[in-house]
Amino acid sequence: MTQMLLTGPKEELFSDALREQMDTWIAKYPEGQAQSAVIPCLHILQDANGGWLSRGIMDALADYLDIPAISVYEVATFYTMFELEPVGKHKISVCTNISCMLCGSEKIMNHLQQKLNIKPGETTQDGQFTLKEVECLGACVGAPMMLLDRDYHEYLTPEKIDNILDGLAS
Amino acid sequence: MKLDQVCFRTSHLTPSWTMESYRSVGGYQVLESVLKNKMRPEEIIEQVKNSALRGRGGAGFPTGLKWSFMPRRLPGDKYIVCNSDEGEPGTCKDRDILRYNPHQLIEGMIISGYAIGAQTGYNYIRGEFYEPIERFEAALEEAREAGYLGRDILGSGFHFELHTHIGAGAYICGEETALLESLEGKKGQPRYKPPFPAGYGLYGKPTTINNTESLASIPVILQYGADWFHELGTPNNGGSKIFCMTGHVNKPGNYEVPLGTPFAELLELAGGMRNGNKIKAVIPGGSSTPVVPGARMMELEMSYDGIGKGGSMLGAGSVIVMDETTCMVKALQRIAYFYYEESCGQCTPCREGTGWLYRVIKRIEEGQGRQDDMDKLVHMAENINGNTICALGDAAAAPVISFIKHFRDEFQYHIDHGRCMDNTA
Repeated sequence: MTQMLLTGPKEELFSDALREQMDTWIAKYPEGQAQSAVIPCLHILQDANGGWLSRGIMDALADYLDIPAISVYEVATFYTMFELEPVGKHKISVCTNISCMLCGSEKIMNHLQQKLNIKPGETTQDGQFTLKEVECLGACVGAPMMLLDRDYHEYLTPEKIDNILDGLAS
Repeated sequence: MKLDQVCFRTSHLTPSWTMESYRSVGGYQVLESVLKNKMRPEEIIEQVKNSALRGRGGAGFPTGLKWSFMPRRLPGDKYIVCNSDEGEPGTCKDRDILRYNPHQLIEGMIISGYAIGAQTGYNYIRGEFYEPIERFEAALEEAREAGYLGRDILGSGFHFELHTHIGAGAYICGEETALLESLEGKKGQPRYKPPFPAGYGLYGKPTTINNTESLASIPVILQYGADWFHELGTPNNGGSKIFCMTGHVNKPGNYEVPLGTPFAELLELAGGMRNGNKIKAVIPGGSSTPVVPGARMMELEMSYDGIGKGGSMLGAGSVIVMDETTCMVKALQRIAYFYYEESCGQCTPCREGTGWLYRVIKRIEEGQGRQDDMDKLVHMAENINGNTICALGDAAAAPVISFIKHFRDEFQYHIDHGRCMDNTA
Protein backbone atom coordinates (compact mmCIF):
# COMPACT_ATOMS: atom_id res chain seq x y z
CA MET A 1 0.00 0.00 0.00
CA THR A 2 1.24 3.45 -0.89
CA GLN A 3 1.80 5.96 1.89
CA MET A 4 -0.59 8.87 1.35
CA LEU A 5 -0.73 12.34 2.84
CA LEU A 6 -4.41 13.20 3.28
CA THR A 7 -4.28 16.64 4.88
CA GLY A 8 -2.19 19.69 4.25
CA PRO A 9 -1.43 21.94 1.31
CA LYS A 10 -2.93 20.85 -2.02
CA GLU A 11 0.42 20.54 -3.75
CA GLU A 12 1.60 18.01 -1.16
CA LEU A 13 -1.49 15.75 -0.92
CA PHE A 14 -1.24 11.99 -1.52
CA SER A 15 2.29 11.45 -2.89
CA ASP A 16 4.39 12.78 -5.75
CA ALA A 17 3.77 9.65 -7.81
CA LEU A 18 0.01 9.64 -7.22
CA ARG A 19 -0.34 13.34 -7.98
CA GLU A 20 1.57 12.82 -11.19
CA GLN A 21 -0.78 10.04 -12.25
CA MET A 22 -3.87 12.06 -11.37
CA ASP A 23 -2.56 15.18 -13.11
CA THR A 24 -2.22 13.20 -16.35
CA TRP A 25 -5.97 12.62 -16.21
CA ILE A 26 -6.87 16.15 -15.13
CA ALA A 27 -4.94 17.49 -18.13
CA LYS A 28 -7.30 15.67 -20.51
CA TYR A 29 -10.22 17.91 -19.63
CA PRO A 30 -10.74 21.62 -20.33
CA GLU A 31 -9.65 24.32 -17.92
CA GLY A 32 -11.97 24.38 -14.91
CA GLN A 33 -13.35 20.87 -15.53
CA ALA A 34 -11.14 18.93 -13.12
CA GLN A 35 -14.26 17.23 -11.72
CA SER A 36 -14.25 15.11 -14.90
CA ALA A 37 -11.22 13.35 -13.44
CA VAL A 38 -13.08 12.14 -10.33
CA ILE A 39 -13.62 8.57 -11.58
CA PRO A 40 -10.09 8.02 -12.90
CA CYS A 41 -8.62 9.56 -9.72
CA LEU A 42 -10.76 7.36 -7.49
CA HIS A 43 -9.50 4.32 -9.41
CA ILE A 44 -5.89 5.42 -8.90
CA LEU A 45 -6.37 6.08 -5.19
CA GLN A 46 -8.34 2.88 -4.62
CA ASP A 47 -5.57 0.83 -6.27
CA ALA A 48 -2.95 2.58 -4.14
CA ASN A 49 -4.95 1.95 -0.98
CA GLY A 50 -5.27 -1.81 -1.22
CA GLY A 51 -8.56 -1.80 -3.11
CA TRP A 52 -10.82 0.51 -1.13
CA LEU A 53 -11.58 4.17 -0.48
CA SER A 54 -11.62 5.71 2.96
CA ARG A 55 -13.52 8.85 3.89
CA GLY A 56 -10.18 10.60 4.33
CA ILE A 57 -9.10 9.74 0.78
CA MET A 58 -12.36 11.03 -0.65
CA ASP A 59 -12.12 14.27 1.32
CA ALA A 60 -8.54 14.78 0.20
CA LEU A 61 -9.50 14.17 -3.42
CA ALA A 62 -12.25 16.78 -3.11
CA ASP A 63 -9.65 19.26 -1.86
CA TYR A 64 -7.27 18.31 -4.63
CA LEU A 65 -9.88 18.80 -7.36
CA ASP A 66 -11.40 21.88 -5.68
CA ILE A 67 -14.87 20.39 -5.56
CA PRO A 68 -17.24 19.77 -2.62
CA ALA A 69 -16.70 16.51 -0.76
CA ILE A 70 -20.28 15.47 -1.50
CA SER A 71 -19.46 15.41 -5.23
CA VAL A 72 -16.83 12.78 -4.56
CA TYR A 73 -19.06 10.74 -2.21
CA GLU A 74 -21.86 10.76 -4.79
CA VAL A 75 -19.59 9.21 -7.39
CA ALA A 76 -17.91 6.77 -5.03
CA THR A 77 -21.29 5.43 -3.89
CA PHE A 78 -22.94 5.35 -7.34
CA TYR A 79 -20.42 3.21 -9.24
CA THR A 80 -20.03 -0.45 -8.34
CA MET A 81 -16.27 -0.68 -8.84
CA PHE A 82 -15.59 1.54 -5.85
CA GLU A 83 -15.30 -0.13 -2.45
CA LEU A 84 -16.04 1.82 0.70
CA GLU A 85 -14.90 -0.93 3.08
CA PRO A 86 -11.62 -2.86 3.14
CA VAL A 87 -11.48 -5.78 0.71
CA GLY A 88 -9.26 -8.81 0.25
CA LYS A 89 -5.93 -8.77 -1.53
CA HIS A 90 -7.67 -10.22 -4.58
CA LYS A 91 -11.13 -9.28 -5.75
CA ILE A 92 -13.18 -11.81 -7.69
CA SER A 93 -16.22 -10.53 -9.57
CA VAL A 94 -18.40 -13.24 -11.09
CA CYS A 95 -20.96 -12.36 -13.74
CA THR A 96 -24.25 -14.20 -13.24
CA ASN A 97 -26.24 -12.31 -15.85
CA ILE A 98 -28.31 -14.03 -18.52
CA SER A 99 -25.65 -15.25 -20.99
CA CYS A 100 -23.39 -16.43 -18.18
CA MET A 101 -26.35 -17.98 -16.35
CA LEU A 102 -27.29 -19.99 -19.45
CA CYS A 103 -23.72 -21.31 -19.52
CA GLY A 104 -23.56 -22.35 -15.88
CA SER A 105 -22.46 -19.34 -13.82
CA GLU A 106 -24.46 -20.70 -10.90
CA LYS A 107 -22.15 -23.70 -10.71
CA ILE A 108 -19.14 -21.38 -10.87
CA MET A 109 -20.50 -19.20 -8.10
CA ASN A 110 -21.25 -22.22 -5.91
CA HIS A 111 -17.81 -23.63 -6.46
CA LEU A 112 -16.15 -20.35 -5.48
CA GLN A 113 -18.32 -20.02 -2.38
CA GLN A 114 -17.39 -23.53 -1.28
CA LYS A 115 -13.74 -23.18 -2.10
CA LEU A 116 -13.35 -19.85 -0.33
CA ASN A 117 -15.96 -20.62 2.31
CA ILE A 118 -17.59 -17.20 1.95
CA LYS A 119 -20.73 -15.74 0.43
CA PRO A 120 -20.87 -13.03 -2.23
CA GLY A 121 -19.95 -9.70 -0.67
CA GLU A 122 -17.66 -11.31 1.91
CA THR A 123 -13.90 -11.52 2.37
CA THR A 124 -11.96 -14.61 3.44
CA GLN A 125 -10.64 -14.57 7.01
CA ASP A 126 -7.03 -14.52 5.83
CA GLY A 127 -7.80 -11.38 3.84
CA GLN A 128 -6.82 -12.99 0.54
CA PHE A 129 -10.10 -12.92 -1.40
CA THR A 130 -13.26 -10.87 -1.70
CA LEU A 131 -16.04 -12.47 -3.71
CA LYS A 132 -18.63 -10.43 -5.58
CA GLU A 133 -21.59 -11.23 -7.79
CA VAL A 134 -21.75 -8.63 -10.55
CA GLU A 135 -23.78 -7.63 -13.57
CA CYS A 136 -22.72 -8.15 -17.20
CA LEU A 137 -19.00 -7.48 -17.72
CA GLY A 138 -19.21 -7.57 -21.52
CA ALA A 139 -17.52 -10.89 -22.22
CA CYS A 140 -20.66 -12.92 -22.88
CA VAL A 141 -19.18 -15.04 -25.68
CA GLY A 142 -16.70 -16.38 -23.11
CA ALA A 143 -19.38 -17.31 -20.58
CA PRO A 144 -19.19 -18.18 -17.77
CA MET A 145 -16.59 -15.60 -16.79
CA MET A 146 -15.10 -13.68 -13.90
CA LEU A 147 -12.91 -10.67 -13.35
CA LEU A 148 -9.99 -11.43 -11.02
CA ASP A 149 -8.28 -8.17 -10.08
CA ARG A 150 -7.53 -6.75 -13.55
CA ASP A 151 -7.88 -9.91 -15.64
CA TYR A 152 -10.87 -11.50 -17.35
CA HIS A 153 -11.06 -15.29 -17.12
CA GLU A 154 -13.49 -16.90 -19.56
CA TYR A 155 -15.00 -20.31 -20.33
CA LEU A 156 -14.72 -21.12 -16.63
CA THR A 157 -15.01 -24.58 -15.12
CA PRO A 158 -14.49 -25.53 -11.47
CA GLU A 159 -11.14 -27.11 -12.43
CA LYS A 160 -10.02 -23.98 -14.22
CA ILE A 161 -10.91 -21.88 -11.19
CA ASP A 162 -8.88 -24.18 -8.95
CA ASN A 163 -5.87 -23.79 -11.23
CA ILE A 164 -6.18 -20.02 -11.35
CA LEU A 165 -6.64 -19.51 -7.61
CA ASP A 166 -4.08 -22.12 -6.54
CA GLY A 167 -1.62 -20.49 -8.93
CA LEU A 168 -2.14 -17.17 -7.16
CA ALA A 169 -1.50 -18.61 -3.72
CA SER A 170 1.82 -20.22 -4.57
CA MET B 1 -9.55 -8.24 -46.55
CA LYS B 2 -12.70 -10.28 -46.61
CA LEU B 3 -15.11 -7.85 -48.14
CA ASP B 4 -17.89 -8.43 -45.66
CA GLN B 5 -15.73 -7.65 -42.66
CA VAL B 6 -15.86 -4.02 -41.66
CA CYS B 7 -14.88 -3.61 -38.01
CA PHE B 8 -12.90 -6.85 -37.88
CA ARG B 9 -11.05 -6.28 -41.15
CA THR B 10 -7.63 -6.82 -39.54
CA SER B 11 -8.68 -10.07 -37.91
CA HIS B 12 -6.60 -12.23 -40.29
CA LEU B 13 -3.39 -10.45 -39.18
CA THR B 14 -1.21 -11.24 -36.17
CA PRO B 15 -1.16 -9.12 -34.16
CA SER B 16 -4.22 -7.41 -35.57
CA TRP B 17 -4.12 -4.28 -33.40
CA THR B 18 -0.94 -2.48 -34.42
CA MET B 19 -0.61 0.56 -36.63
CA GLU B 20 1.42 -1.55 -39.05
CA SER B 21 -1.35 -4.13 -39.43
CA TYR B 22 -4.00 -1.48 -39.76
CA ARG B 23 -2.02 0.37 -42.41
CA SER B 24 -1.62 -2.86 -44.39
CA VAL B 25 -5.38 -3.01 -45.01
CA GLY B 26 -5.50 0.63 -46.07
CA GLY B 27 -5.83 2.14 -42.62
CA TYR B 28 -5.45 5.92 -42.25
CA GLN B 29 -5.52 6.37 -46.03
CA VAL B 30 -9.00 7.81 -45.84
CA LEU B 31 -8.01 10.30 -43.15
CA GLU B 32 -4.95 11.35 -45.18
CA SER B 33 -7.00 11.84 -48.29
CA VAL B 34 -9.77 13.72 -46.47
CA LEU B 35 -7.21 16.14 -45.03
CA LYS B 36 -5.06 16.45 -48.15
CA ASN B 37 -7.99 17.11 -50.44
CA LYS B 38 -9.76 19.26 -47.85
CA MET B 39 -12.88 17.21 -48.39
CA ARG B 40 -16.02 19.16 -47.55
CA PRO B 41 -17.44 18.02 -44.19
CA GLU B 42 -20.95 18.14 -45.66
CA GLU B 43 -19.85 15.63 -48.26
CA ILE B 44 -18.62 13.21 -45.58
CA ILE B 45 -21.92 13.51 -43.72
CA GLU B 46 -23.78 12.94 -46.97
CA GLN B 47 -21.82 9.77 -47.63
CA VAL B 48 -22.47 8.45 -44.13
CA LYS B 49 -26.18 9.18 -44.66
CA ASN B 50 -26.17 7.37 -48.00
CA SER B 51 -24.40 4.36 -46.50
CA ALA B 52 -27.49 3.69 -44.34
CA LEU B 53 -25.24 3.15 -41.32
CA ARG B 54 -27.49 2.93 -38.29
CA GLY B 55 -26.27 3.37 -34.73
CA ARG B 56 -24.74 0.11 -33.54
CA GLY B 57 -25.23 0.81 -29.83
CA GLY B 58 -28.82 -0.38 -29.84
CA ALA B 59 -31.13 2.39 -30.96
CA GLY B 60 -30.37 2.04 -34.67
CA PHE B 61 -30.62 5.77 -35.32
CA PRO B 62 -29.07 6.82 -38.66
CA THR B 63 -25.53 7.99 -37.90
CA GLY B 64 -25.29 10.49 -40.77
CA LEU B 65 -28.52 12.15 -39.71
CA LYS B 66 -27.24 12.43 -36.13
CA TRP B 67 -24.08 14.11 -37.40
CA SER B 68 -26.13 16.58 -39.44
CA PHE B 69 -27.75 17.90 -36.24
CA MET B 70 -24.40 19.34 -35.11
CA PRO B 71 -24.14 23.13 -35.50
CA ARG B 72 -20.71 22.72 -37.04
CA ARG B 73 -20.24 26.40 -37.92
CA LEU B 74 -21.04 27.59 -34.42
CA PRO B 75 -17.85 28.97 -32.86
CA GLY B 76 -16.56 27.44 -29.63
CA ASP B 77 -15.86 23.95 -28.37
CA LYS B 78 -17.65 20.94 -29.79
CA TYR B 79 -17.14 17.29 -28.92
CA ILE B 80 -17.29 13.82 -30.38
CA VAL B 81 -17.75 11.14 -27.74
CA CYS B 82 -17.45 7.44 -28.34
CA ASN B 83 -19.62 5.20 -26.22
CA SER B 84 -17.53 2.16 -25.30
CA ASP B 85 -19.43 1.65 -22.06
CA GLU B 86 -20.56 -1.74 -23.25
CA GLY B 87 -22.82 -3.33 -20.64
CA GLU B 88 -26.09 -4.53 -22.15
CA PRO B 89 -26.30 -8.19 -21.11
CA GLY B 90 -25.32 -10.30 -24.11
CA THR B 91 -23.13 -7.62 -25.71
CA CYS B 92 -19.36 -7.93 -26.03
CA LYS B 93 -18.43 -6.64 -29.48
CA ASP B 94 -16.96 -3.22 -28.66
CA ARG B 95 -14.51 -4.96 -26.35
CA ASP B 96 -13.16 -6.86 -29.36
CA ILE B 97 -12.99 -3.77 -31.57
CA LEU B 98 -10.94 -2.07 -28.85
CA ARG B 99 -8.74 -5.11 -28.37
CA TYR B 100 -8.27 -6.19 -31.96
CA ASN B 101 -8.74 -3.14 -34.19
CA PRO B 102 -8.39 0.04 -32.11
CA HIS B 103 -6.82 2.10 -34.90
CA GLN B 104 -9.93 1.89 -37.02
CA LEU B 105 -11.92 3.45 -34.18
CA ILE B 106 -9.30 6.17 -33.80
CA GLU B 107 -9.38 6.96 -37.53
CA GLY B 108 -13.18 6.96 -37.42
CA MET B 109 -13.22 9.38 -34.51
CA ILE B 110 -10.78 11.80 -36.13
CA ILE B 111 -12.83 11.80 -39.34
CA SER B 112 -16.06 12.29 -37.40
CA GLY B 113 -14.47 15.21 -35.53
CA TYR B 114 -13.53 16.75 -38.88
CA ALA B 115 -17.05 16.22 -40.22
CA ILE B 116 -18.98 17.65 -37.28
CA GLY B 117 -16.52 20.39 -36.38
CA ALA B 118 -15.21 18.91 -33.12
CA GLN B 119 -11.61 19.34 -32.06
CA THR B 120 -11.76 17.10 -29.04
CA GLY B 121 -12.91 13.54 -28.67
CA TYR B 122 -13.35 11.27 -25.68
CA ASN B 123 -13.68 7.53 -25.76
CA TYR B 124 -15.66 6.50 -22.70
CA ILE B 125 -14.59 2.91 -21.93
CA ARG B 126 -16.10 0.94 -19.08
CA GLY B 127 -13.74 0.64 -16.12
CA GLU B 128 -13.61 -3.16 -16.03
CA PHE B 129 -12.13 -3.28 -19.55
CA TYR B 130 -8.51 -3.14 -18.33
CA GLU B 131 -7.07 -4.94 -21.35
CA PRO B 132 -9.10 -3.03 -23.99
CA ILE B 133 -8.19 0.26 -22.27
CA GLU B 134 -4.49 -0.61 -22.48
CA ARG B 135 -4.79 -1.56 -26.16
CA PHE B 136 -6.66 1.61 -26.98
CA GLU B 137 -4.15 3.77 -25.11
CA ALA B 138 -1.24 2.09 -26.88
CA ALA B 139 -2.92 2.71 -30.23
CA LEU B 140 -3.51 6.37 -29.32
CA GLU B 141 0.18 6.67 -28.59
CA GLU B 142 1.06 5.21 -31.99
CA ALA B 143 -1.41 7.54 -33.72
CA ARG B 144 0.03 10.54 -31.91
CA GLU B 145 3.57 9.59 -32.93
CA ALA B 146 2.44 9.21 -36.53
CA GLY B 147 1.07 12.74 -36.46
CA TYR B 148 -2.61 11.82 -36.75
CA LEU B 149 -3.51 13.57 -33.52
CA GLY B 150 -2.67 16.99 -32.14
CA ARG B 151 -2.36 20.38 -33.78
CA ASP B 152 -2.29 20.96 -37.52
CA ILE B 153 -2.63 17.29 -38.43
CA LEU B 154 -0.49 16.44 -41.49
CA GLY B 155 -0.18 20.17 -42.23
CA SER B 156 -3.91 20.47 -42.89
CA GLY B 157 -4.67 23.15 -40.31
CA PHE B 158 -7.10 20.73 -38.61
CA HIS B 159 -6.55 20.16 -34.88
CA PHE B 160 -7.90 17.15 -33.04
CA GLU B 161 -7.16 15.65 -29.63
CA LEU B 162 -8.49 12.30 -28.53
CA HIS B 163 -8.55 10.98 -24.96
CA THR B 164 -9.60 7.86 -23.15
CA HIS B 165 -12.06 8.29 -20.29
CA ILE B 166 -12.92 5.44 -17.96
CA GLY B 167 -16.09 4.45 -16.14
CA ALA B 168 -16.47 2.52 -12.91
CA GLY B 169 -19.37 0.12 -13.24
CA ALA B 170 -22.81 1.52 -14.05
CA TYR B 171 -24.95 0.17 -16.91
CA ILE B 172 -26.89 3.42 -17.07
CA CYS B 173 -23.81 5.28 -18.35
CA GLY B 174 -24.39 3.63 -21.71
CA GLU B 175 -27.37 5.99 -22.04
CA GLU B 176 -25.84 8.92 -23.87
CA THR B 177 -26.78 11.75 -21.55
CA ALA B 178 -25.92 9.70 -18.45
CA LEU B 179 -22.58 9.07 -20.13
CA LEU B 180 -22.07 12.83 -20.47
CA GLU B 181 -22.91 13.36 -16.80
CA SER B 182 -20.42 10.65 -15.91
CA LEU B 183 -17.79 12.21 -18.16
CA GLU B 184 -18.32 15.45 -16.26
CA GLY B 185 -17.49 13.56 -13.07
CA LYS B 186 -21.00 13.09 -11.74
CA LYS B 187 -23.42 10.27 -10.98
CA GLY B 188 -24.64 8.77 -14.24
CA GLN B 189 -28.19 10.03 -14.20
CA PRO B 190 -29.76 10.72 -17.60
CA ARG B 191 -30.73 14.26 -18.58
CA TYR B 192 -34.08 15.48 -19.84
CA LYS B 193 -34.24 15.74 -23.62
CA PRO B 194 -34.63 18.23 -25.19
CA PRO B 195 -32.18 19.84 -25.22
CA PHE B 196 -30.40 17.11 -27.17
CA PRO B 197 -26.63 16.69 -26.93
CA ALA B 198 -26.12 18.21 -30.40
CA GLY B 199 -27.28 21.50 -28.88
CA TYR B 200 -26.31 21.07 -25.24
CA GLY B 201 -23.93 18.22 -24.58
CA LEU B 202 -20.64 17.78 -22.75
CA TYR B 203 -19.96 20.86 -20.57
CA GLY B 204 -23.02 22.39 -22.25
CA LYS B 205 -21.34 22.36 -25.68
CA PRO B 206 -22.58 20.72 -28.89
CA THR B 207 -21.73 17.03 -28.71
CA THR B 208 -22.27 13.91 -30.76
CA ILE B 209 -22.18 10.51 -29.08
CA ASN B 210 -21.75 7.41 -31.23
CA ASN B 211 -21.18 3.76 -30.46
CA THR B 212 -17.75 2.19 -30.95
CA GLU B 213 -18.88 -0.05 -33.80
CA SER B 214 -20.57 2.87 -35.61
CA LEU B 215 -17.44 5.03 -35.46
CA ALA B 216 -15.16 2.16 -36.43
CA SER B 217 -17.28 1.64 -39.56
CA ILE B 218 -16.62 5.16 -40.87
CA PRO B 219 -13.17 4.66 -42.45
CA VAL B 220 -14.39 1.63 -44.40
CA ILE B 221 -17.49 3.44 -45.63
CA LEU B 222 -15.38 6.27 -46.98
CA GLN B 223 -12.73 3.93 -48.40
CA TYR B 224 -15.09 1.68 -50.35
CA GLY B 225 -17.97 4.09 -50.82
CA ALA B 226 -21.41 4.60 -49.35
CA ASP B 227 -23.05 2.46 -52.04
CA TRP B 228 -20.73 -0.46 -51.41
CA PHE B 229 -21.51 -0.33 -47.71
CA HIS B 230 -25.24 0.04 -48.24
CA GLU B 231 -25.32 -2.86 -50.70
CA LEU B 232 -23.41 -5.05 -48.27
CA GLY B 233 -26.57 -4.99 -46.17
CA THR B 234 -30.16 -4.51 -47.21
CA PRO B 235 -32.07 -1.31 -48.09
CA ASN B 236 -32.10 1.07 -45.11
CA ASN B 237 -29.87 -1.39 -43.18
CA GLY B 238 -26.38 -0.72 -44.50
CA GLY B 239 -23.24 -2.70 -43.87
CA SER B 240 -22.10 -5.62 -41.83
CA LYS B 241 -22.89 -6.00 -38.15
CA ILE B 242 -21.12 -7.85 -35.38
CA PHE B 243 -23.43 -10.36 -33.74
CA CYS B 244 -22.51 -11.63 -30.29
CA MET B 245 -23.77 -15.20 -30.31
CA THR B 246 -24.17 -16.33 -26.70
CA GLY B 247 -26.06 -18.87 -24.65
CA HIS B 248 -26.85 -22.40 -25.78
CA VAL B 249 -24.83 -22.56 -29.00
CA ASN B 250 -21.84 -24.77 -29.72
CA LYS B 251 -19.48 -21.99 -30.75
CA PRO B 252 -20.33 -18.79 -28.92
CA GLY B 253 -18.52 -15.87 -30.47
CA ASN B 254 -18.59 -12.53 -32.25
CA TYR B 255 -19.54 -12.98 -35.90
CA GLU B 256 -19.45 -10.06 -38.30
CA VAL B 257 -21.83 -10.73 -41.18
CA PRO B 258 -23.83 -8.57 -43.59
CA LEU B 259 -27.09 -7.19 -42.26
CA GLY B 260 -29.91 -9.24 -43.73
CA THR B 261 -28.17 -12.59 -43.10
CA PRO B 262 -30.83 -15.13 -42.12
CA PHE B 263 -30.77 -16.01 -38.43
CA ALA B 264 -30.59 -19.70 -39.38
CA GLU B 265 -27.24 -19.07 -41.15
CA LEU B 266 -25.89 -17.13 -38.20
CA LEU B 267 -26.85 -19.96 -35.88
CA GLU B 268 -25.02 -22.38 -38.13
CA LEU B 269 -21.91 -20.16 -38.02
CA ALA B 270 -22.11 -20.41 -34.25
CA GLY B 271 -22.02 -24.18 -34.51
CA GLY B 272 -25.73 -24.77 -34.09
CA MET B 273 -27.56 -25.65 -30.90
CA ARG B 274 -25.67 -27.11 -27.95
CA ASN B 275 -26.10 -30.90 -27.59
CA GLY B 276 -28.33 -30.86 -30.66
CA ASN B 277 -31.13 -29.51 -28.45
CA LYS B 278 -34.19 -27.78 -29.81
CA ILE B 279 -34.21 -24.00 -29.94
CA LYS B 280 -36.77 -22.52 -27.58
CA ALA B 281 -36.30 -18.76 -27.64
CA VAL B 282 -33.95 -16.02 -28.73
CA ILE B 283 -33.39 -12.55 -27.38
CA PRO B 284 -32.09 -10.97 -30.57
CA GLY B 285 -30.56 -7.69 -29.46
CA GLY B 286 -29.53 -7.75 -25.81
CA SER B 287 -31.61 -8.22 -22.67
CA SER B 288 -33.65 -5.05 -23.30
CA THR B 289 -35.18 -6.37 -26.51
CA PRO B 290 -38.34 -8.51 -26.57
CA VAL B 291 -37.83 -12.27 -26.64
CA VAL B 292 -38.80 -14.14 -29.84
CA PRO B 293 -39.92 -17.80 -29.89
CA GLY B 294 -37.29 -20.01 -31.53
CA ALA B 295 -39.44 -21.20 -34.43
CA ARG B 296 -40.34 -17.63 -35.40
CA MET B 297 -36.73 -16.58 -35.06
CA MET B 298 -35.66 -19.22 -37.59
CA GLU B 299 -37.73 -17.36 -40.22
CA LEU B 300 -36.22 -13.93 -39.59
CA GLU B 301 -33.26 -12.13 -41.04
CA MET B 302 -30.75 -10.23 -38.99
CA SER B 303 -31.39 -6.59 -39.81
CA TYR B 304 -33.10 -3.70 -38.03
CA ASP B 305 -36.19 -4.11 -40.20
CA GLY B 306 -35.99 -7.91 -40.30
CA ILE B 307 -36.05 -8.35 -36.53
CA GLY B 308 -38.73 -5.66 -36.34
CA LYS B 309 -40.98 -8.02 -38.31
CA GLY B 310 -40.63 -10.53 -35.49
CA GLY B 311 -41.85 -7.99 -32.96
CA SER B 312 -38.45 -7.32 -31.46
CA MET B 313 -35.39 -5.18 -32.09
CA LEU B 314 -31.91 -5.79 -33.42
CA GLY B 315 -30.52 -3.70 -30.56
CA ALA B 316 -26.76 -4.07 -30.29
CA GLY B 317 -26.75 -7.40 -32.15
CA SER B 318 -26.52 -9.34 -28.91
CA VAL B 319 -28.13 -12.67 -29.72
CA ILE B 320 -28.96 -14.71 -26.63
CA VAL B 321 -29.97 -18.23 -27.62
CA MET B 322 -31.96 -20.46 -25.28
CA ASP B 323 -32.65 -24.15 -25.79
CA GLU B 324 -35.56 -26.32 -24.68
CA THR B 325 -34.08 -26.90 -21.23
CA THR B 326 -34.34 -23.22 -20.28
CA CYS B 327 -36.81 -22.18 -17.61
CA MET B 328 -38.25 -18.93 -18.93
CA VAL B 329 -39.34 -17.81 -15.47
CA LYS B 330 -35.84 -18.10 -14.15
CA ALA B 331 -34.39 -16.38 -17.21
CA LEU B 332 -36.80 -13.48 -16.79
CA GLN B 333 -36.07 -13.30 -13.07
CA ARG B 334 -32.37 -12.78 -13.79
CA ILE B 335 -33.06 -10.12 -16.39
CA ALA B 336 -35.52 -8.33 -14.10
CA TYR B 337 -32.96 -8.32 -11.29
CA PHE B 338 -30.50 -6.63 -13.61
CA TYR B 339 -32.77 -3.63 -14.26
CA TYR B 340 -33.64 -3.39 -10.58
CA GLU B 341 -29.93 -3.34 -9.73
CA GLU B 342 -29.03 -0.84 -12.46
CA SER B 343 -31.91 1.64 -12.23
CA CYS B 344 -30.26 4.97 -11.40
CA GLY B 345 -33.09 5.89 -9.04
CA GLN B 346 -34.02 9.17 -10.65
CA CYS B 347 -37.57 8.41 -11.87
CA THR B 348 -40.13 6.86 -9.53
CA PRO B 349 -41.76 4.43 -12.02
CA CYS B 350 -38.40 2.83 -12.80
CA ARG B 351 -36.84 3.01 -9.34
CA GLU B 352 -39.85 1.45 -7.64
CA GLY B 353 -41.27 -0.50 -10.57
CA THR B 354 -38.13 -2.50 -11.36
CA GLY B 355 -38.05 -3.72 -7.76
CA TRP B 356 -41.71 -4.75 -7.89
CA LEU B 357 -41.22 -6.57 -11.19
CA TYR B 358 -38.26 -8.48 -9.79
CA ARG B 359 -39.97 -9.43 -6.54
CA VAL B 360 -43.13 -10.72 -8.21
CA ILE B 361 -41.20 -12.78 -10.79
CA LYS B 362 -39.01 -14.11 -7.99
CA ARG B 363 -42.01 -15.32 -6.02
CA ILE B 364 -43.39 -17.10 -9.09
CA GLU B 365 -40.02 -18.76 -9.63
CA GLU B 366 -39.88 -19.77 -5.98
CA GLY B 367 -43.31 -21.38 -6.11
CA GLN B 368 -45.18 -18.62 -4.30
CA GLY B 369 -46.88 -17.15 -7.37
CA ARG B 370 -50.46 -15.94 -7.19
CA GLN B 371 -53.10 -16.33 -9.88
CA ASP B 372 -53.24 -12.64 -10.76
CA ASP B 373 -49.44 -12.18 -10.79
CA MET B 374 -49.05 -12.25 -14.55
CA ASP B 375 -51.68 -9.57 -15.07
CA LYS B 376 -50.06 -7.58 -12.30
CA LEU B 377 -46.66 -7.85 -13.97
CA VAL B 378 -47.97 -6.70 -17.35
CA HIS B 379 -49.88 -3.86 -15.71
CA MET B 380 -46.77 -2.70 -13.83
CA ALA B 381 -44.56 -3.00 -16.91
CA GLU B 382 -47.02 -0.93 -18.93
CA ASN B 383 -47.00 1.73 -16.25
CA ILE B 384 -43.21 2.02 -16.36
CA ASN B 385 -43.10 2.04 -20.15
CA GLY B 386 -42.81 5.56 -21.54
CA ASN B 387 -43.03 7.20 -18.12
CA THR B 388 -39.35 7.71 -17.42
CA ILE B 389 -36.64 10.14 -18.51
CA CYS B 390 -34.57 7.51 -20.29
CA ALA B 391 -35.14 4.15 -21.94
CA LEU B 392 -34.01 2.00 -19.00
CA GLY B 393 -37.61 1.88 -17.82
CA ASP B 394 -38.78 0.68 -21.24
CA ALA B 395 -35.90 -1.79 -21.29
CA ALA B 396 -37.06 -3.27 -18.00
CA ALA B 397 -40.65 -3.53 -19.22
CA ALA B 398 -40.04 -5.10 -22.66
CA PRO B 399 -38.70 -8.47 -21.45
CA VAL B 400 -41.52 -8.86 -18.91
CA ILE B 401 -44.26 -8.16 -21.45
CA SER B 402 -42.72 -10.35 -24.16
CA PHE B 403 -41.82 -13.31 -21.92
CA ILE B 404 -45.38 -13.45 -20.57
CA LYS B 405 -46.85 -12.97 -24.03
CA HIS B 406 -44.95 -15.87 -25.59
CA PHE B 407 -44.52 -18.20 -22.62
CA ARG B 408 -47.68 -17.62 -20.64
CA ASP B 409 -48.27 -21.37 -20.19
CA GLU B 410 -44.93 -21.82 -18.54
CA PHE B 411 -45.53 -18.99 -16.08
CA GLN B 412 -49.01 -20.40 -15.38
CA TYR B 413 -47.50 -23.84 -14.73
CA HIS B 414 -45.12 -22.32 -12.20
CA ILE B 415 -47.99 -20.56 -10.45
CA ASP B 416 -50.19 -23.67 -10.43
CA HIS B 417 -47.55 -26.27 -9.53
CA GLY B 418 -44.90 -24.24 -7.76
CA ARG B 419 -42.14 -25.66 -9.95
CA CYS B 420 -40.68 -25.78 -13.44
CA MET B 421 -42.24 -27.70 -16.31
CA ASP B 422 -40.71 -31.18 -16.50
CA ASN B 423 -37.94 -30.65 -19.03
CA THR B 424 -36.69 -27.29 -17.82
CA ALA B 425 -34.54 -26.14 -14.96
